[in-house]
Amino acid sequence: MSIRNRVLIILALIAISVYALFPRDVSVRVRHADGSFRDTTIRRVPLKKGLDLSGGMHLALEIDEAQGTVADREDAIDRALKVVRTRIDEFGVSEPVVQKVGTDRIIVELPGIDDRERAEALVKRSAFLQFQMTDETRALERSLPRLDRVLRDLGEGTRVATASGDTASRLALDQLFTTDSAAPGDTAAADTAETDLVLGADGALSSLIQPTGLPGEYAVPEEQILTVRRYFSLPAVQAALPPGKVVRFGAEGDAATQPGFRTFYVLDARPIITGEYLTDARPITDPIEGNVVSFELNNQGGRRFRAETQRHIGDYMAIVLDDVVQGQPPVIRGAIGTRGQITMSGKPLQAAQDLALVLRAGALPVKLQVVESRTIGPSLGEDAIRQGLSAGLLSIALVVLIMVVYYRFSGFLAVCGLAFYGLATLAILAGFDAVLTLPGLAGFVLSIGMAVDANFLIFERIREELDAGKTVRRAIDGGFDQAWSAIVDTHVTTALTAAILYQFGTGPVRGFAVALLAGLAASLVSAIFVVRTLFLIWLQRSREAQSLSI
Amino acid sequence: MLRILHNTKIDFISRWRTAAILLVVFILPALILLPIRGFHYSIEFTGGTLMQVQFREAPQIADVRSALSNAGLPGVEISTFGSPNELVIRAQEEEHVAQQEGGAETVASRITNVLSERFGEGEFTVLRTEAVGPKVGSELRRQAVVALFIAFGLTLVYLAWRFEWRFGLAAVLATLHDIVATLAFMLYMNIEISLFVVGAILTVVGYSMNDKVVVFDRVRENLRSDHRSSLRDLLNRSVNETLPRTVMTGSTTLASLLALLIFGGAVIRPFAWVLAFGIIIGTFSSIYVASPLLLLIERRWSRKAGEATAKGKPRVPREDPSAARPKEPAGAR
Repeated sequence: MSIRNRVLIILALIAISVYALFPRDVSVRVRHADGSFRDTTIRRVPLKKGLDLSGGMHLALEIDEAQGTVADREDAIDRALKVVRTRIDEFGVSEPVVQKVGTDRIIVELPGIDDRERAEALVKRSAFLQFQMTDETRALERSLPRLDRVLRDLGEGTRVATASGDTASRLALDQLFTTDSAAPGDTAAADTAETDLVLGADGALSSLIQPTGLPGEYAVPEEQILTVRRYFSLPAVQAALPPGKVVRFGAEGDAATQPGFRTFYVLDARPIITGEYLTDARPITDPIEGNVVSFELNNQGGRRFRAETQRHIGDYMAIVLDDVVQGQPPVIRGAIGTRGQITMSGKPLQAAQDLALVLRAGALPVKLQVVESRTIGPSLGEDAIRQGLSAGLLSIALVVLIMVVYYRFSGFLAVCGLAFYGLATLAILAGFDAVLTLPGLAGFVLSIGMAVDANFLIFERIREELDAGKTVRRAIDGGFDQAWSAIVDTHVTTALTAAILYQFGTGPVRGFAVALLAGLAASLVSAIFVVRTLFLIWLQRSREAQSLSI
Repeated sequence: MLRILHNTKIDFISRWRTAAILLVVFILPALILLPIRGFHYSIEFTGGTLMQVQFREAPQIADVRSALSNAGLPGVEISTFGSPNELVIRAQEEEHVAQQEGGAETVASRITNVLSERFGEGEFTVLRTEAVGPKVGSELRRQAVVALFIAFGLTLVYLAWRFEWRFGLAAVLATLHDIVATLAFMLYMNIEISLFVVGAILTVVGYSMNDKVVVFDRVRENLRSDHRSSLRDLLNRSVNETLPRTVMTGSTTLASLLALLIFGGAVIRPFAWVLAFGIIIGTFSSIYVASPLLLLIERRWSRKAGEATAKGKPRVPREDPSAARPKEPAGAR
């Protein structure tokens, strides 16, 4: 190959590298102050910064099988992936990553986000919306003796029932709700008579709960809520519940609840409608209700909803999100069509926004669990970049010093090759859309030292050839040729370990492996092609010099 | 021409006893220390929660500890990170990990709550949170070990193909020695084994292997041209001939690492330490360990007549895998 062609190839490689690294317009989704997000175009070098450099959050999610196994896990995770992706896209993070890893894990990366709890809630919330009618038949009261018996057989509640504190709070409850129960009208009187009969007993469960007067709504003293939750989660109690009914608890801090008490509801198990018909959900600040999420159903859902609500006029409908009743169930005054709203009970607007978002994106087909979570604040990322740059500069300075002092002119040529190496490595990283991470930066700095290894091999060979009395040209040729096998072997062995690192590593370690691989490729070309060409040019210019500064 | 270690004729092989004694002296205390202290694993491997928190005013560590243990998180490890304002809180005991069964993030949330109760909401910022569920931890542990073995296996196969199995075995054993010494070093320095550090160990594997390959490449070449010298002399000569390169590459790589040690910050530093030591020991073993090992292997499993011999008898042109390589590098002309 002639020198001309060699130079042309090198120039072409440099041109491609510069092009790959040239700042270009990138479309980025930016969330604006008003909560909307727009695609914005910015200009920047196309090197993606990893989470540890930009700050942000990394989440790994798996199917939560604590409550029963999932039959087709792979299908479930695929569907969940779609939902999570929609949610994240709407969340408005720039350049998020949502991908499946292996067969049963979802990785979510959110650059620039450091509100950990909010992002986690957004991702793993099931967002399964159901509308269920509250129980009108007092089914719970009728099955209470049976439930108490079940609990007694399990040895539960004997201690709790005799505690004097409970009796006191139960008295308070009685007072509270007898005055309140005027509201639902004449049914309340009958209620009280019947419930007194049952609830007077000191059963494990019946001593803790009290009907509020609204159909299907029961109050529990705040401090007993965990006990009651536990009772209802026992399989034996589940089995003894009235058929076709489910127990659902109210949301925490619900404005509808009396202070000191929590509510739970007995609902018809069959929902009259679910969130799958939902087409839109928007956060709204209502002057009376405070923050609400208003939603819209599609035509099919709207028809069904209208027909169902028509049949239930005067009844109470619970809005159940992820098995938690949202607000106090409203009474249905007339047929409802395609629109409705969910009250947020005094929660901030952001909560309404997030709820609207997950409702729009749809429900998760399975419950997800966070198995790994990493958050890096933006200031740490800035520190890391600064440290990486300083280390890189110092490393380059030291290597240049060593090369030029030890090999003089040849060392200078090697440094030129090193410049090509740095440019090409970054270009390869940009070209393969690799992510630059802190370990990647470390790998890059490290490889600056290792990249000159090939030059050492070659130059030491040239020295030996010169020692053997060969002419400069023959010594250079001989040096390159004989160092060749060692160079290839060293590159291949290192590449093997880098490839294994890539295969087995996650996130940061992968960044390191990618940087190392890119560096190896660039160093191979730099040492055996670029530096050799520089030598050939020098030979031509110096008209076959008799001595070589090496 | 500036030259170091030029034309040396050091008898490295005869010093194998000194090298062996040095190694035993270095590694033995680690064997004693191992059952006492053991390795320190990062939360990636054990599972658990790590939080780096920056306080506006430096808090009393005892204060933070008691607040956390009152909230049901006893035995949490707390240390300052850089400045007294920055704390790293590690909850990686088994009981903490068990609390994460329901979701990796639970302990982190609890720590945040406890801190805001004790110190006030705006008094601190969480700089970094890492929460790893127990399942991910054990998975990573297994992966790291598998990765190390595959790295060895693949390199052995490659070297056996490029050279021949005796060379490969000697290179792998010498590298194994480097790993053991590096692990001992980590034990002395109490360096935590994190994913990043495992990455460093694997890089040491690559680098060390690399170094042995260069020496053995020279041995192979000398074997081809020199049929008279004994293998022992030949090995000595090869090590001496490659010595300038071995030392120069080691020092430039160390220079790069020096930059990382100075500027790398607390995250990079353990990684840089492991690499720095690994490169020093790798260079040492290329000179003092690999060749004696090869000699030992050649003596133990000496070649049959007719087979390519390393003892310096005239040979039939041997089935040298390197003959398959192109004479000229592609694109070199």
